[in-house]
Amino acid sequence: MSIDLKTVKHISKLSRISIDEEKAKKLETDLNSIFKWIEQLNELKTDNIEPLNSIVETKLRLRKDEIKSKNIREEILKNSPDENKDFFVVPKVVE
Amino acid sequence: MSNLIDLSLSELISNIKNKKISSKEVTSEYVERSKKSKKLNSYIEETFDTALKKAKEFDSKPDFNKKLPGIPMAIKDLFCTKNVKTTASSKILNNFIPTYESTVTQNLWNDGAILLGKLNCDEFAMGSSNETSYFGNVISPIDNDLVPGGSSGGSASALAAKLTPATIGTDTGGSIRQPASFTGTVGLKPTYGSCSRYGIVAFASSLDQAGPMTRNVKDAALLLEVMSSFDNKDSTSVEFKRPMYSKDLSKDIKGKKIGIPKEYRVDGMSEEIEKLWEDGKNYLKDCGAEIIDISLPHTKFALPTYYIVAPAEASSNLARYDGVKYGFRKEGDNLIDMYEKTRSAGFGDEVKRRIMIGTYVLSSGYYDAYYLKAQKVRRLIKNDFNNIFQKVDAILTPSTPSSAFKVGDKSNNPVSMYLNDIFTVPVNLAGLPGISIPAGLDKKGYPLGLQIIGKSFDEQNILNIAYSMEDKINFKFNLKEWWMND
Repeated sequence: MSIDLKTVKHISKLSRISIDEEKAKKLETDLNSIFKWIEQLNELKTDNIEPLNSIVETKLRLRKDEIKSKNIREEILKNSPDENKDFFVVPKVVE
Repeated sequence: MSNLIDLSLSELISNIKNKKISSKEVTSEYVERSKKSKKLNSYIEETFDTALKKAKEFDSKPDFNKKLPGIPMAIKDLFCTKNVKTTASSKILNNFIPTYESTVTQNLWNDGAILLGKLNCDEFAMGSSNETSYFGNVISPIDNDLVPGGSSGGSASALAAKLTPATIGTDTGGSIRQPASFTGTVGLKPTYGSCSRYGIVAFASSLDQAGPMTRNVKDAALLLEVMSSFDNKDSTSVEFKRPMYSKDLSKDIKGKKIGIPKEYRVDGMSEEIEKLWEDGKNYLKDCGAEIIDISLPHTKFALPTYYIVAPAEASSNLARYDGVKYGFRKEGDNLIDMYEKTRSAGFGDEVKRRIMIGTYVLSSGYYDAYYLKAQKVRRLIKNDFNNIFQKVDAILTPSTPSSAFKVGDKSNNPVSMYLNDIFTVPVNLAGLPGISIPAGLDKKGYPLGLQIIGKSFDEQNILNIAYSMEDKINFKFNLKEWWMND
């Protein structure tokens, strides 16, 4: 399965990473060589194998839903890239 | 007493406990040496002044019951440190100052350690040579044009150059063991679930583990003892009685069965590595262990499996870097445009490449062919280990297929770079513990390592085996301090 330039641009859209034409071409080459190498996995028959999601194969622990940290509004907003220290600010989304 | 800088972590601790040296003296020595070692580019953030202040505080009210009493330590910049900039070597986190502390580093400070600074690494721990860092590549103290390995390259470089008495790294596919092997140091990746992942910048959550990097095996045992803890803040942290690894360290490995997997004898493996492995077997026999030839049939599929699983998890984990809540932002015409510009300018090439691989293998129409397939092969790889551990107590392999390479040698060919991790990746996929110890030098005089792989939560056993071998190997490297400024 080879990855064409159109697919590279589609993946970049899905990844929310803008790329120019030159980068896209470079990525096309790189991704094709990587996937060509990855496709050796097709030598293996895996029809009846259970996929392994996690190494720790126990049920995730349950805990009480309780508030543990209080009044950390300032801490949460501290690293906000926008100057506004009361909210996270983004470009206008709804007209 | 020999030169303070040459003391191992354990020796340093006993000297401090015996009041032969103070924390201030030790910290000053390491600060001065680190200041003269800028050429290595191993530090991203220096916290020397705070470290000296804390050392003085320790000396004025010393608590010698702590396991790391007043010990200065520089750590990989992937661990969040409260009020100290944490970048994961990425432009996208270049201004990020955490308001919380990772559990593993908190454990270090609780036991008396003092932060010296944050160490360079590959961007988001994605790399095997420390050449993907936004802050430039790290040089190995072994030679002036050599990579230290990666992703914990700054850690390995600083440790080998004696800019820190010990350090910690993280290992997703070999990022502790490979740089340890390249720099003639000891690196241990614990069992998945042993050390908390809380507060470590996430790369691939089902594979990431923090671990110690040290000058000898005893130091690794001690540091692991401090790092490992059950943590409610990590949903995959495992609750078990943690042994006193350093106290229980023993050279008695008589009768232990050690497996030699034939699949690790890869095409084109150098005679030097063959010999290293052979010598390793002989050392183990001398210690009374039994050598058994074994097979791990799915070994060759581990690396391609890893390059589906790890990027898939990374693409999800790194979705959080969108320029909204923290980190770097590049303004755009609208919200989507801002996301795309921020991520394009904020991430380096290797990180982008992996996000795109991950996005592709998880995308509609390809999920079954790639991601699901990889998860199934991952099961087969884990089963290989489960089966073989019915017969053997541990497995001995080379740590890497070659010694360290030169800066720039592999940075243009992703697949050849990925092949560095061929012997370390299976351990992460199966969640097992593995340790790399320095075992010899190649023709060029560069260090080579051997890896010991153990059963889940059997760190004590692989530490004991490494401890016995270390004695027999008696590794020496004549460090020429070419990088030091006066």
